[in-house]
Amino acid sequence: MAEEHLKLTLKALKDRFGLQESLLMKYPPALEAEPEKIVEICQVLRDEYEFDFLCELTAVDYWPEAEPRFNVIYGFYSHANNVRMMLRVSLNGDHPTLHTLEGVYRGANWHERELWDMFGINFEGHSDLRRILMSQDWEGHPLRKDYPLGYEEPQFSFNYDEIDQRKHHARYEEA
Amino acid sequence: MPEPLEVSYQELKHLVSERALQGDTVLLNMGPQHPSTHGVLRLLLELDGEVIINCVPDIGFLHTGIEKNMESKRWEMAEVMTDRTDYLNTTGNNLAYCLALERLIELDVPPRAQAVRVILVELERISNHLVWLGTHALDLAAMSMFLYCFRERESILDIKEMCSGQRMMTTYFRPGGLWRDIPSEFEIAVRRFIRMFPSRIKQYDALLEKNPLFMDRTQNIGKLSKEDAINLSVTGPVLRGSGVAYDLRKAQPYSGYEQYDFDIPTGTHGDVYDRYLVRMEEMRQSLRIIQQALDKLPYGPFRSNNRKYVPPPRAELGTSMEAVIHHFKLWTEGFIIPKGAVYQPVESPKGELGYYVESSGGNKPYRIHMRTPSFVHLQALPFMCKGHLVADLVGIIGSVDIVLGDCDR
Repeated sequence: MAEEHLKLTLKALKDRFGLQESLLMKYPPALEAEPEKIVEICQVLRDEYEFDFLCELTAVDYWPEAEPRFNVIYGFYSHANNVRMMLRVSLNGDHPTLHTLEGVYRGANWHERELWDMFGINFEGHSDLRRILMSQDWEGHPLRKDYPLGYEEPQFSFNYDEIDQRKHHARYEEA
Repeated sequence: MPEPLEVSYQELKHLVSERALQGDTVLLNMGPQHPSTHGVLRLLLELDGEVIINCVPDIGFLHTGIEKNMESKRWEMAEVMTDRTDYLNTTGNNLAYCLALERLIELDVPPRAQAVRVILVELERISNHLVWLGTHALDLAAMSMFLYCFRERESILDIKEMCSGQRMMTTYFRPGGLWRDIPSEFEIAVRRFIRMFPSRIKQYDALLEKNPLFMDRTQNIGKLSKEDAINLSVTGPVLRGSGVAYDLRKAQPYSGYEQYDFDIPTGTHGDVYDRYLVRMEEMRQSLRIIQQALDKLPYGPFRSNNRKYVPPPRAELGTSMEAVIHHFKLWTEGFIIPKGAVYQPVESPKGELGYYVESSGGNKPYRIHMRTPSFVHLQALPFMCKGHLVADLVGIIGSVDIVLGDCDR
């Protein structure tokens, strides 16, 4: 029963929006969607196929190996049918933008803020797109692959000025 | 070079109502060092007298970049970091991570390991609910509860220490089974606990359940309707308190939960009192599960025999060259997981804990995202506390049961 509902939904979505099955996801089954259609698809998922619960919203950065750079992953659960499915959306590296899902699932609000904070993915129409985990004056988006993991940047003669300008708070005279 | 971001008044104006800008209402900062915010949660409250008009949670004070850190560690090393997110549910976090990896590489887990996992996770659920009960009651000025709850929690920590050598951060579950077999005293200790504990739950109930002071401060407070709860992605006891019988242990069983007989308690009003009742009943149901798992605890190996992912027994190293090679490979470069991604949810004491794990075919995770219940539930906090008094807010935060380490990761 549950499995049939899932098959039906996947097939219907494929036919209606021309989506492809994602080969990467082992569980739950995932479809690859276009960034422009995401709100429309979610609306259909919630209203017609009873996927009333947004269980996961995250992103992956494939820099520098792959283009488009980002994949945003939406996970859905249906309380009525007890099945799970996911959507994957690829996004370009320069100005990655999606429309917010807040209108469909209110729970998407903080997840989208987290994605803005961690990956710099912009959500159009979001009610409160501020950083959520990092402080408001943080520079950069930590979970991007080109963001270094910890450690002080070594300051050599060729990049002395650049780092000095950026981290003037660490300058010797001011300390 | 990007200019440092300055947060202006204009950017934050939308968080409060028009009346606050006129000076009609008061803005009050609560936390992050307030004891009843259960950690470092900061709330910006907009008050009309003592009534909350608006509540804006501010999180991130405990953000330690665990997800980013895990990307630079090997699969088996990254597991150690999962304990550190939700420090009241450490084995539960290990379980979610191990299940995700096992699903990704289709690794078998022997029945004995599965049963021990269930016993420990259920003990952990009781221990988590004890901390919740103690602090929740303390917030509502029932001082002695805290001492009773921590007394019982101590015996659970002793059992964990007996198995793994650690009281809290155990990392006892490994992909493919357990780190080592349970000691012979384990069964006796757990049986002693489940014999003792039902009478203790009765004591707690006698202290709180029909206590008029407690009922006054919890009934009809912090209501969350069924539809709102689902739309806000709320799970766990908060969702069940609102009347939705959604429990992953029943809905999509993992680790052999389908063999055990237990009920899912639900509430009717979705208020703080119902969440209290749901959690108390959950402790009794956990005892039932532990009893059944102990009664039919199978003998046999405690971890998988797949040497590509699971280290060989120490005794084999002296006699088998293959075992030495496997051991060497596992300890120098770790194991490699083929390309793929998986989302694995489990029922943690707080709600649905999901691990999104993606591998690019290396010996390190490419991306790990934890869908943590505390993060999602804090989002629902403003919807629960509007129109209530500041004093009730403390009870509502307690009833949601958040751990900020879980929330900020």
